[in-house]
Amino acid sequence: MKSTTRKPSNPTRPDESRAIHTRESGPLAGLRVAVTGGTSGLGLALVEALGNHGARVAFVARDAERVAAVERRFPGTHGLAGDVSRKDQTYPLALQITSALGGLDVLIHNASSLGPVPLARLADTECEDFEAALATNLVGPFRLTRALLGALSAAARQGRPARVVHITSDAAVTPYPEWGAYGVSKAALLHLSRIWHEELKAFGVAVEAIDPGDMDTPLHALAVPGADPSELKRPAESAAEIVARLVAASALEEVAR
Amino acid sequence: MNAATAPVQRPADARLLAADGSGQLRHLRRSRITDLLRPGDLLVANDAATLPASLSGTHSASGETVEVRLAGRSSLDTADFAQVTAVVFGRGDHHTPTEERPLPPALHPGDRLELGPLRAEVEKLLDHPRLVRLAFSGTPSEIWRGIATHGRPIQYAHIDEPLALWDVWTRVASLPVAFEPPSAGFLLDWSLLDELRRKGVGFATLTHAAGISSTGDPALDRRLPFDEPYHIPAETIRAIEHARARGGRIVALGTTVTRALEHAASLGKGGAPRAGNGLADQRIGPGTELRIVDVIVSGAHEPGESHHELLHAFVGDEVLRSLDSALEEHGYLTHEFGDSVLIERWG
Repeated sequence: MKSTTRKPSNPTRPDESRAIHTRESGPLAGLRVAVTGGTSGLGLALVEALGNHGARVAFVARDAERVAAVERRFPGTHGLAGDVSRKDQTYPLALQITSALGGLDVLIHNASSLGPVPLARLADTECEDFEAALATNLVGPFRLTRALLGALSAAARQGRPARVVHITSDAAVTPYPEWGAYGVSKAALLHLSRIWHEELKAFGVAVEAIDPGDMDTPLHALAVPGADPSELKRPAESAAEIVARLVAASALEEVAR
Repeated sequence: MNAATAPVQRPADARLLAADGSGQLRHLRRSRITDLLRPGDLLVANDAATLPASLSGTHSASGETVEVRLAGRSSLDTADFAQVTAVVFGRGDHHTPTEERPLPPALHPGDRLELGPLRAEVEKLLDHPRLVRLAFSGTPSEIWRGIATHGRPIQYAHIDEPLALWDVWTRVASLPVAFEPPSAGFLLDWSLLDELRRKGVGFATLTHAAGISSTGDPALDRRLPFDEPYHIPAETIRAIEHARARGGRIVALGTTVTRALEHAASLGKGGAPRAGNGLADQRIGPGTELRIVDVIVSGAHEPGESHHELLHAFVGDEVLRSLDSALEEHGYLTHEFGDSVLIERWG
């Protein structure tokens, strides 16, 4: 990678000309990224890492006060209070994401629900907890991608590196007892990701699933209260890996053009 | 003709009436539109997403209920939504036909409107008791949040149930800048886009802030369409040049696409459309020479509407009259969720 600096592919676009005065320099400069679950754990680390690499970031989370606090901590980011598991919030969120960023290149579905807390065997899992895990981890991402597909495909038509990233887990592949609701939702999310990719690749939108590893996050603490943090990855480390993948993918697309 | 009354973008029985350059008419299922497109043609759609541009609230000075319909802006810049042209109605909602809606209380510059979480001030009256320029208070994020959470899609009496945003966003809806849906694009879905791709028909988009289509007031309706900002990506201009160089036709999906492309051509050198931003302020009608668009796909419109006027640029009166009577005779449905026409420019 000789040059990884992303330049706007079309400097006449108004949103990009606007991007110039807010844009930081960096390998993701000008890239418009939305992250769900952006106020804690991996999502928070992603908001920080993406910003540090020059991306323009909008993030979504449920708690309006925490959204405002993260927005203040990382000036230039756009915080949106909303719940991706709720159908009626899908379009209002999509509208605020594209208006904040002037379009969208990368959508990262990071918001995640564990299901029952404490973890429970499937036979002891309440249906409502099972459905809540599916709503946040599977149906929400499906809806939001669908609502934002127009924006993502518009980016692709303009030669920008359009991409959807689903944050999955090894629980998507390995049947861990007591991780039923979460594991099933992540397995389905992984498959959702693969089918999206097959259907969208012809339109220039790449879709991938990334397993960030076991991290020291609030979600992990809920699942395994006694875990030794020193044996877990730091979210910042996983975020750096994901950002590196985005940098590589964006650079490859520049070469391909 | 009757209006389609169900908010379904792609009814299974949607129809398409096609008129070729010689005036020959052909009826087909709208899902078969690809049969009328040839390898090398380029279909151009408007990828504007639709704002929930109807904001209910109160006129502070009188305490009266109002419905504000955002109707126009001079720029597509989403970072600057402070000023917007709006049509203001008195009490009531979309169930009352717009022509029967009461006027708003008398509005004066400086009047405040409380629209759910939004606060706006009447900046200027625009020569009509319903038409004003509004200035919203707050940061762009606050304004967008207010519009996203409080606004509803503009709708008319022929649709009974309240519309949701998913009813009015086309499959390719991207930047939220249209005040009413660019409804010719309702016929698109991803399966159709894939079919076009396999057939060798190009697909490109522009973004055009489709404005309000009707105010119910004859004097105001005569001023429609308002000026509409648009953006044409350089890639779309390249696709147009590529298609034309190979003898392909430029097929505009909707009146807004036609207006933007022809406006851009009027600014470009030698009639070639220019990439970038523009403000479409022209009217297209019987005397207009079309420079770019060879074929238009549009909703079925009644004679007299501005959308119908635009069709005169494509074909002569005689063809249009036979088209209109065929639409009438065969019970085609009008309005945004209705059937479609495809008209190839003659000559």
